[in-house]
Amino acid sequence: MLRFTLRRLALLVPVLFGLSILLFVWIRALPGDPARSLLGERATPEGIRQIRALYGFDKPLVEQYWAYLGQLVTFDFGSSIRDGRPVTDTFLEQFPATVELAFFAIVFAVVLGIPLGYAAARRRGELVDGAVITGSLIGVVIPVFFLAILLKLVFAIQLDWFPTSSRQDARIDATHITNFYVLDGLLTREFDAAWDAIVHLVLPAVALGTIPLAIIVRITRASVSEVLNEDYVRTAEAKGLHPQVVRRRHVLRNAMLPVLTTIGLQVGLLLSGAVLTESVFAFNGIGSYLFDAIAQRDYPVLQGYILFIALIYSLVNLAVDIGYGLIDPRVRVS
Amino acid sequence: MTTMTSATTPEPAALLDVRDLSVVFHGSHGDVEAVSEVSFSVRPGEHVALVGESGSGKSVTSLAVMGLLPTRSAKVEGSIRYDGDDLLAMTDHERRDLRGAEMAMIFQDPMTSLNPVVPIGVQIGEVLQRHKAMTGRQARNESGDLLARVGIADGSRRLGEYPHQLSGGMRQRVLIAIALACEPRLLIADEPTTALDVTIQAQILELLRELVSGTGTALVMITHDLGVVAGLCDQVHVMYAGRVVESAPRRPLFARPRHPYTGGLLRSIPRLDAPRGEPLTPIPGSPNDALSWAAGCAFAPRCGNRIDRCTSQTPELAAQHAYEPGYEQALRCFNPIGEETS
Repeated sequence: MLRFTLRRLALLVPVLFGLSILLFVWIRALPGDPARSLLGERATPEGIRQIRALYGFDKPLVEQYWAYLGQLVTFDFGSSIRDGRPVTDTFLEQFPATVELAFFAIVFAVVLGIPLGYAAARRRGELVDGAVITGSLIGVVIPVFFLAILLKLVFAIQLDWFPTSSRQDARIDATHITNFYVLDGLLTREFDAAWDAIVHLVLPAVALGTIPLAIIVRITRASVSEVLNEDYVRTAEAKGLHPQVVRRRHVLRNAMLPVLTTIGLQVGLLLSGAVLTESVFAFNGIGSYLFDAIAQRDYPVLQGYILFIALIYSLVNLAVDIGYGLIDPRVRVS
Repeated sequence: MTTMTSATTPEPAALLDVRDLSVVFHGSHGDVEAVSEVSFSVRPGEHVALVGESGSGKSVTSLAVMGLLPTRSAKVEGSIRYDGDDLLAMTDHERRDLRGAEMAMIFQDPMTSLNPVVPIGVQIGEVLQRHKAMTGRQARNESGDLLARVGIADGSRRLGEYPHQLSGGMRQRVLIAIALACEPRLLIADEPTTALDVTIQAQILELLRELVSGTGTALVMITHDLGVVAGLCDQVHVMYAGRVVESAPRRPLFARPRHPYTGGLLRSIPRLDAPRGEPLTPIPGSPNDALSWAAGCAFAPRCGNRIDRCTSQTPELAAQHAYEPGYEQALRCFNPIGEETS
């Protein structure tokens, strides 16, 4: 298992290297120009030329990439063209918010999705099943921004159960160490701050977690239905085992394999897809910063952020593969 | 509780007594009667065979006895008495206490009947822990011994292995170990050798014979292979389309089959002493999907002995003069072999 993990980690290097080339080319293939968006409407050809020369955009692509790669190997991701702040700094400041949001969203999706999917599979064709399937269909098709606005309108504005925006009440003087606000609150024993951060996370997490929830429900239902018909479940029942043992050891353990893969894929999507939710709830993650970077062709920010996200995504999927191996001996690598 | 068999003979009371069993499956296309009017009994230590083609209802019968049919879609009626107690009147909890401890089952396909993600030691041990209140360590030791008893050398060292590391024959041995772990008084083997290589089949049958003979374990062998019956079973019930068509002790059944279907099954067994190149004699046609006992005999369309009455009137299972006391002998046929009327 250790060798497998190390090999997979080593494999990340060529993957990220290849991605850095693709990103570099793709981003520059986008129409538009950072110099033009930086200078605005009154840009003169001369001004644009100067800016391009300043950032080296006038050099051949290969030469530009070579310079960028030189920075990368020293973990220097450059600075934003818009505000001049180092990409690493802004990323480390904003990314914990996105991770926290994605984490709560996936927890919401898993904690609710697996039992619902299981119940639907168990009562296939009955009312519960129909309700779960219909609900999950709605969950998949409802646009995230619409759901986010709806949740905010109903639960934050009208019912006033949850805050409307931001990550934490500004009146709370919380100490921040890691920028994961909930974690910080726990670490510093400022439990009111942690609780406040959690309350702020509820609506965004529900909005963001609804699509993964719907997908997890469906995959769980399909997977459990299949496993329930397996001969080994009948063998387990023939042993007279308690239903909980049959469920835990024989049904869920097998049914979770495809679900685990789905969760891994969803985590990646959540990290990069939180943009809309973050903007509705003014949640200070990478979302709006990345969005603006796209709009203004902020090449260093785009390259750096996307590489970071790709790295995290790969690590999550590596964790899923390791988890898979822990559950299923057939894929375990010797 | 007295049974038909025990009332007329000094033999011990039946361990398992099935009377007028019927199983109806509710499907989206209406109800399907998979088994009906099935009656048989098994005494302690007796080896009984249920024989028939796929779809004859023999597996459904055994699952009904074990209580493993889906409660939502299958309706089981009649009576199934185990040691005098009516299984169909028991709660799920009471039946679970019996399953694995008092009655156990070996399934047809060892490749799919073991959980692929759980070590075999756990799969054997869990039945011991459930019914014998063993600790994990005790169950482990006992599981190792059980593996040795079913012929897996070095059993205790292989408890950590997973099913995919074992061959089909080995897996069936593991399943036998699971079934016999709590020394059940009733063992149901549902085509235990069908999915195995021919050479392994003989080994597994031999192992089963060794393990059940002399222990007082009653065996219900479900098979389509009369060759399996010949070496193992005392009493045979031949099923066709969900009903018993002939019941007889093994020797008279082989020597003088009465029902044309039994005759057909016997003729379709390859014989080593047959002349070279002689083709096997199959039973023409195939069993119908829907049960067709409503008007006439379900076997009539395939039957060489068919007479007019067979397609207009449904034959009843009629008790025959018993060949040996204590055995059941019965026949459901208007025109049995050897007594042809036309």
